[in-house]
Amino acid sequence: MTTTSYAHRATAVAARAQDLSKVYGQGETQVVALNRVTVDFRQGEFTAIMGPSGSGKSTLMHCVAGLDSFTSGSVRIGDTELSTLKDKQLTQLRRDKIGFIFQAFNLLPTLTAMENITLPMDIAGRKADKEWVERVIDMIGLSGRLSHRPAQLSGGQQQRVAVARALASRPEIIFGDEPTGNLDSRSGAEVLGFLRNSVRELGQTVVMVTHDPVAASYADRVIFLADGSIVDEMLSPTADGVLDRMKAFDAKGRTS
Amino acid sequence: MFRTALRNVLAHKARLLMTVLAVMLGVAFVSGTLVFTDTLSNAFRNQSAKSYDKVAVAVTLVTNPDDPKSVPGLSQQALTKIGQLDGVEKATGRVSGFAGVPDKDGKLIGAGWSNKGTNFSPGKDGKDPAYDFAKGSGPVRADQIALDQETADKGGYKTGDTVRVATNGPVKEYTLSGVFTTEDGAVNAGGSLVLFDTPVAQKLYLKAGYFQEISVAAAKGADADKLLGQVKPLVPEEADARTGQELADEQAQMIEEGLGTLKQVLLGFAGIALFVGVFLISNTFTMLVAQRTKELALMRAVGASRRQITRSVLAEAGVVGLVASAVGFGLGVALAVALRSGMSAFGMKIPGGPLVLTATPVIAALAVGVLITMFAAWLPGRRAAKIPPVAAMSSVHAVATTKSLVLRNSIGGVLTALGAAAIVMGAGAGGESGRMTIGAGAFLTLVGVIVLIPLLSRPVIALVRPLLTGPFGVAGKLAGQNAVRNPRRTGATASALAIGLTLVTGLSVLGATVGTALDKTTTDQIRADYMVTMASGEGLDKTALTALEKAPGVSAVSPQQAGYLELKGDFASASGVTPGAIEKVINLDVRSGSLASLAEGKIAVADKTAEKKGWKVGDSLPVKFSDDKTGKLTVGAIVKDSEFVSPVLIDAKILDAHDVRPYIPQIFVKMESGESAANEKALITSLGDNPAITFLDKKDIKDTFGGAINMMLNIMYGLLAMALLIAVLGVVNTLAMSVFERQQEIGMLRAIGLDRRRVKRMVRLEAVVISLFGAVVGIGLGAFLGWAIGQTFKNSLPGYALVLPWDTIGICLLLAGLVGVLAAMWPARSAAKLNMLSAIKTE
Repeated sequence: MTTTSYAHRATAVAARAQDLSKVYGQGETQVVALNRVTVDFRQGEFTAIMGPSGSGKSTLMHCVAGLDSFTSGSVRIGDTELSTLKDKQLTQLRRDKIGFIFQAFNLLPTLTAMENITLPMDIAGRKADKEWVERVIDMIGLSGRLSHRPAQLSGGQQQRVAVARALASRPEIIFGDEPTGNLDSRSGAEVLGFLRNSVRELGQTVVMVTHDPVAASYADRVIFLADGSIVDEMLSPTADGVLDRMKAFDAKGRTS
Repeated sequence: MFRTALRNVLAHKARLLMTVLAVMLGVAFVSGTLVFTDTLSNAFRNQSAKSYDKVAVAVTLVTNPDDPKSVPGLSQQALTKIGQLDGVEKATGRVSGFAGVPDKDGKLIGAGWSNKGTNFSPGKDGKDPAYDFAKGSGPVRADQIALDQETADKGGYKTGDTVRVATNGPVKEYTLSGVFTTEDGAVNAGGSLVLFDTPVAQKLYLKAGYFQEISVAAAKGADADKLLGQVKPLVPEEADARTGQELADEQAQMIEEGLGTLKQVLLGFAGIALFVGVFLISNTFTMLVAQRTKELALMRAVGASRRQITRSVLAEAGVVGLVASAVGFGLGVALAVALRSGMSAFGMKIPGGPLVLTATPVIAALAVGVLITMFAAWLPGRRAAKIPPVAAMSSVHAVATTKSLVLRNSIGGVLTALGAAAIVMGAGAGGESGRMTIGAGAFLTLVGVIVLIPLLSRPVIALVRPLLTGPFGVAGKLAGQNAVRNPRRTGATASALAIGLTLVTGLSVLGATVGTALDKTTTDQIRADYMVTMASGEGLDKTALTALEKAPGVSAVSPQQAGYLELKGDFASASGVTPGAIEKVINLDVRSGSLASLAEGKIAVADKTAEKKGWKVGDSLPVKFSDDKTGKLTVGAIVKDSEFVSPVLIDAKILDAHDVRPYIPQIFVKMESGESAANEKALITSLGDNPAITFLDKKDIKDTFGGAINMMLNIMYGLLAMALLIAVLGVVNTLAMSVFERQQEIGMLRAIGLDRRRVKRMVRLEAVVISLFGAVVGIGLGAFLGWAIGQTFKNSLPGYALVLPWDTIGICLLLAGLVGVLAAMWPARSAAKLNMLSAIKTE
């Protein structure tokens, strides 16, 4: 792993995958989704995972986030090894240490924006840290719409609620699965801006899967996956740089 | 379009499961009823045809033995003359009445009404063709009897044993000459049959030398109609002479009518079950249509007309209905078979016979199933047709609109208000007409509440929400909100449950109210410790009264001897009582005059009757007795109307003087030391251990009324169970739909940390909330109806007061909660097992 210019900000590792493999099926029909992947996600870093369809980028995120099981290797969130955890413990880990942002927003339509934001704390039976939640809401810019229900909010606003929900419980790491996939470019840019700000200003760790080079350019680091392996990495990415790199993989993929 | 419909059915097999089950159960109920009654009526008809098989002509003469002017019966001479007619093979005379036999414990075998005694009428060969002797032979001496096989088995009697036989007089001992098998109706009904020698039976039941019935068996080739013509002149004019064929037909018709009532009642309950099913079916199709919005819009976009869309939904419903009805019919046949063997297991002997499958139940089953399903799918089908073609293009699912709820609520409000007004009016009016008004009002209210229920769901469930959030945390909070998310669906689901529970609660409120009033009447009016009656329902012998008066420990005895008097030109039913004793056994509230005057030959009149006729104490009324003798009776007292005696009380001795055979349905006995096992034993002994006589203490008296009410209630609850079962399927259906629709949400909740246990709890609580909501609405409505109908009985029931059966209501609520938990079992499991990744993945 190359030392980066951000090393001084992020010494500790928030999540780490080591020799992580995920195999579907057996024998002839065997499909290797992840092939001995080793990667660190450092605290206070915004990482984007990119790759063509079927490269295993979503699978990698799901395994690291404790949403999916894996065949071999190890995944750690902080000091916790995931491979030995039962469903109940995994659920608790996700609840207490991980935040999620989904492509389809996935807010509960019966709850108000505010209730959606505090839902993870409600589930955990914890009192929300009021000051922190207020700070997050201020940053997201939703103060006027907290009593609205999701159906009364635009897509961009809904995703901002989702970002606030992920931030509100101060998780050790936030995973985003194509968080801008359902948004127009302006709303997408806003949401990505918030994610970057949360890293810069709040010291949050964010890992995001995307196929959009522009979205990836908001990250501190981009890792590229192809055929279940990490094939490249880019620091301080730009949209054009990422696009070029992707094109190169595509060409390679076609010739090989 | 039909192919699309068929494909859709196949594609949604799992989601249609509950719909199919509901239709199936309803159809099974309908076809089971039809097949069962058809089979039963066929078996009974065959049996009656068989019993009249050898009867060419039958003559019956119903006589009144109390009337000295009437013909005493069919004489021996007539019988002999008929027997000598050309073409007559054999003429048999019969005379029958009540005869009871005790089991080993001295208790009567059979139910009283099904204990029969008749004469043994041997032919020249010494055999009576109606009875097949398994052991021994028929009675030919005055001290001999024969018993049917089952009674002999139950009582442990063997040929040569001494058997105590109770008829309407004192018990007599006979020797058992033989044991037989027979197709006699009394035996088939689980009773007993005692055969006496003919002169004995004649003396017991009619008059020496006379019969009640003569049946004629024709010789080969003889014409029954011709025989009838020859028989008629030989019997008294009052006698009813008919051919066996006519009698068989008449009996068949009576059976048909009797079963027709049963059929209607059963079909009524089947109708309720099907009605409840409509809500479930409608919910399912609403969901299927909602899920296919895009697909249907696409069809519209490529040129399908609105009508075609509606028709395709209806065709889909038709296919579902057809499949469910076919299976339901099979189930119904099985149900009919099970019902028949079930009835046999309960001691009701049903004549054997083949299972009768006619076209009617098949057609009815299919028509009912298909039409109900299509009817329920009609509204969702119309809604489907309203989907605009542009919906195919939009990526967002069309959200259910709530605008039409305004119209819906207004209609519901008006209907409910009208219905409630009618119910209250009916309750105020009372009587039969009041009950009719209540019936109409109940229907309106039920429909109104069903229409209103989506509106009601929000505030009612909001009320209980704190109860959910408190102990169940976030799972409870989400469950409470989920329950009102789709008010129409929640409403329809709750309605289904509410309908069944409205009926159950209404019935149990009514039952408890009437039962308590009757209890109170008994407690208030009966001072006696025992009420003595005949198990057969016939009258007690005068000797029983004398015996009881002499029994040890007795302080007062009075009969309630039924008699009819013509007082001042109008018939009045009178109770013959013992002056001086009657007020000790019955609480007769004297309004004016004195009961002591009964001993002077005066009468006591109930206040209601006296008021109506304008009679006062001291009035002298012209009277005509049953033997047409006339005289004058003076009113000696006005008493409060009582349930246990007739409106006119008179010294029994006066009635005795005019009645040939006094009819004493009840004797009331007051003991010096109250009710006790020893006292009861002493009374039984004083009447010669007669198994045909029943001694009822106060509790038994209450139970005779209350028991009948409870049994009727239990039967109705049983019949309503099908409707409740379908309602439960509806809850399962709704929950399964909810879980299916909210996969993404549940996946998200799991991802952000809601564990499986709490996901399950969330689904379960939603089911419990919906079930309890339905239960509360149903119980509320049922209690209201029960109160209203109870009010109409107010005037005819002394001691009427509304009684709410809290235990039944509590059980209903508990069961509703349990139903919720059980109904949610499968949906909750599938919610907990949900694959998180596929759930949160976007299309």
